[in-house]
Amino acid sequence: MATPQQTLARRQLAGKPMARVLRFGLTALMLLIALYLLYQGFLFLRDGEEPKWIMALLAILWGVGGVALLYYLVNSLVELLAPAWSSRLQPFVFVGPAIAMLVWFLALPALRTLYLSLFGRDGPPALPLTMLFRAPGEYIAALTAEFAGLDNFLAVFTDRLMLEALRNNLLFWIGVATPLTVIAGLLIAVLADRSRFERVAKSVIFMPMAISFVGASVIWNFMYEVNAPGTPQIGLLNAIVAALGGQPHGWTNYTAISPWNNLFLVVIVVWLQTGFAMVLLSAAIKGIPEEILEAARVDGATEIQLFFSIVIPYLMGTIIAVTTTIIIFTLKVFDVVWVMTGGQFGTDVIATQFYRQSFINRNSGFGSAIAIVLLIAVTPVMVYNLRRIRDQEAFR
Amino acid sequence: MKSARTARLTGSYLVNGTLTLVVILWLIPVVGLLVSSFRERFDIQTSPWWYVLPHRDWVATKSIDPRELGLDANGPMTVEGVTATFEVLREGVEQGNKRLIWIGNRRIGSIQVQEKQWTTAANLNLDNYRQVLQGKDVVITHTDGTLETVRGDDFSSALLNSLTVAVPSTVIPILIAAFAAYAFAWMDFPGKRFWFALVVALLVVPLQIALVPVLRDFAGLNLNGTFLGIWLAHTGFGLPLATFLLCSYIRALPRETLESAFIDGASHFTIFTRLILPLSVPALASIAIFQFLWVWNDYLVALIILGPDPNTRVVTMKLAAIVGDRGQDWHLLTSGAFMSMIIPLVVFFLLQRYFVRGLLAGSVKG
Repeated sequence: MATPQQTLARRQLAGKPMARVLRFGLTALMLLIALYLLYQGFLFLRDGEEPKWIMALLAILWGVGGVALLYYLVNSLVELLAPAWSSRLQPFVFVGPAIAMLVWFLALPALRTLYLSLFGRDGPPALPLTMLFRAPGEYIAALTAEFAGLDNFLAVFTDRLMLEALRNNLLFWIGVATPLTVIAGLLIAVLADRSRFERVAKSVIFMPMAISFVGASVIWNFMYEVNAPGTPQIGLLNAIVAALGGQPHGWTNYTAISPWNNLFLVVIVVWLQTGFAMVLLSAAIKGIPEEILEAARVDGATEIQLFFSIVIPYLMGTIIAVTTTIIIFTLKVFDVVWVMTGGQFGTDVIATQFYRQSFINRNSGFGSAIAIVLLIAVTPVMVYNLRRIRDQEAFR
Repeated sequence: MKSARTARLTGSYLVNGTLTLVVILWLIPVVGLLVSSFRERFDIQTSPWWYVLPHRDWVATKSIDPRELGLDANGPMTVEGVTATFEVLREGVEQGNKRLIWIGNRRIGSIQVQEKQWTTAANLNLDNYRQVLQGKDVVITHTDGTLETVRGDDFSSALLNSLTVAVPSTVIPILIAAFAAYAFAWMDFPGKRFWFALVVALLVVPLQIALVPVLRDFAGLNLNGTFLGIWLAHTGFGLPLATFLLCSYIRALPRETLESAFIDGASHFTIFTRLILPLSVPALASIAIFQFLWVWNDYLVALIILGPDPNTRVVTMKLAAIVGDRGQDWHLLTSGAFMSMIIPLVVFFLLQRYFVRGLLAGSVKG
């Protein structure tokens, strides 16, 4: 879209084609210089040995300044073009870098992972692409030699540890952690709404959201710490158990109750995520019209009846949204399990299996197949989001 | 029958009481960590952290040297009206409110007379933090006056690494996302629907799907183990959410402001930098907090891109390494965990309003 003044300026420039070519050339030159400097900066940041804080400051300058400069110069260049070209290209100056990054870091890797999942542990053979033209027969033969078809996916659903991981993700993480988080969040949101110290309470419940999963693992490892029976228990849980006359255990590694030891990991995530559910549900509760509740009270409904026949139906949309988000999150749960148990004692999950297969066992085919299964698991949510965006008529 | 007023009052007590209980329950794990981080290594391992609160425990009132009394530790001994062997005394002999207990070994130990009293184990100091933060050797003074030289765990350099990773990984994706969001909201270009659909689709894509190919690309570019590599990775991974949230925000800005700016002859670039960016500060702030907390607390991406090099270790990796190697060193784990939490907690409590606003804008992070 060209503005009147721009058009005017261009018309003036058009009268002096030399001036326009000169300006264009100058801007192009500046762009080249900028690109060269940014590349030098890239090399320096990659290989530089300066003290860390200097590197950090330079990095911020390089990253932010460089990105801003590139936007500015490319945009100037495009604005000097003929108006038709300028308005055609300018949107891509704005959106191009984001698209490039998305394609490089997410879209293309998804396809490449899908490709890798069809091959054995070392992936497809690294052959020069020219070979496809020089000796297509050999190329195909070499490729098919490593081709595994759907074997990796078969393994995902038959391997003993993978089955354990799938069970844990479905039964404990989606089946227990998710509803527990949503219900706890809902109850706390309802309670907070009627209490006198709503803000403080909500801040406290929400606070774990700022804590890393590794930090939370340390916190809860300490809660579950076990000392020899007879000596003082320094972990709160075992101190309570001992005080009640029970036998102290290391809980997360207590294989005798396997698979229920997973519940002690679930508690950590519930503690971390309830604040998220609470904040969203609390905002939705504020949206319930007071008149409806008052009218029901006048008609003699109890608070329990109000909760089930007005509050819950009213919040249903939010409850579904929160539940979906937490399901997606629990599907990918990694840090807590990895730090607490390393996936031992029957606590493996899909993400720890992915990590072990891809980066420890170096079985890229199997690891990629696990990642693809994760992707397929979130596809319904993806489709739902896309539909919702389309329905909102995002594009006028 | 209860009056409505009493019923309401009981209800109010019930609500506030339950909520207080829940709040305490939520706080206990963090309080335990915080309190323990100020206690001595030996104290943490031998007495529970809540013993810093007043409780009834045996307190020594007198120490008796058995050799002064001419007692033979190899046979039954009579002290303070109690006759017992060394083995029994070592376990402790209780007599009403009094207890006799042998401290130390058979040859040079002493007998303590203890009484049950109200006491606290509140011997708190900052030694753990000194040890965990510093890279050099640290001299620790114990309660009994002895000195010990220990190796520092150099958390301060891990904290610096985390900042080095987190700040560019927050600012760069937001800048790129802001440009893209403006284009999606206010400009027309071929393929716009497709590219926006891609952004939405990538919102929920699990990171795991991208890690192996990205790691391979980085190996080709010599980017593995570098800060530049992790900045790029976090930029890529953070873009869908940042673009999506910013786009909904920018699209909701009044269209008239934009149109009048056009009539005044401003270009898209000018409108974006002079008008849209300043107007979007609240949205930028909430996305910045999200991204910062996410990057600071991230473990998986750091583990894979930065790798095992101790020079580039971020706090989460440092902490996880201590859990793995020295899981019983609670004096280091508690103080280290607290150091890793302090910056996100400060950011969180100062800017909670923006954080909540960002959450409510509808976030589904991949």
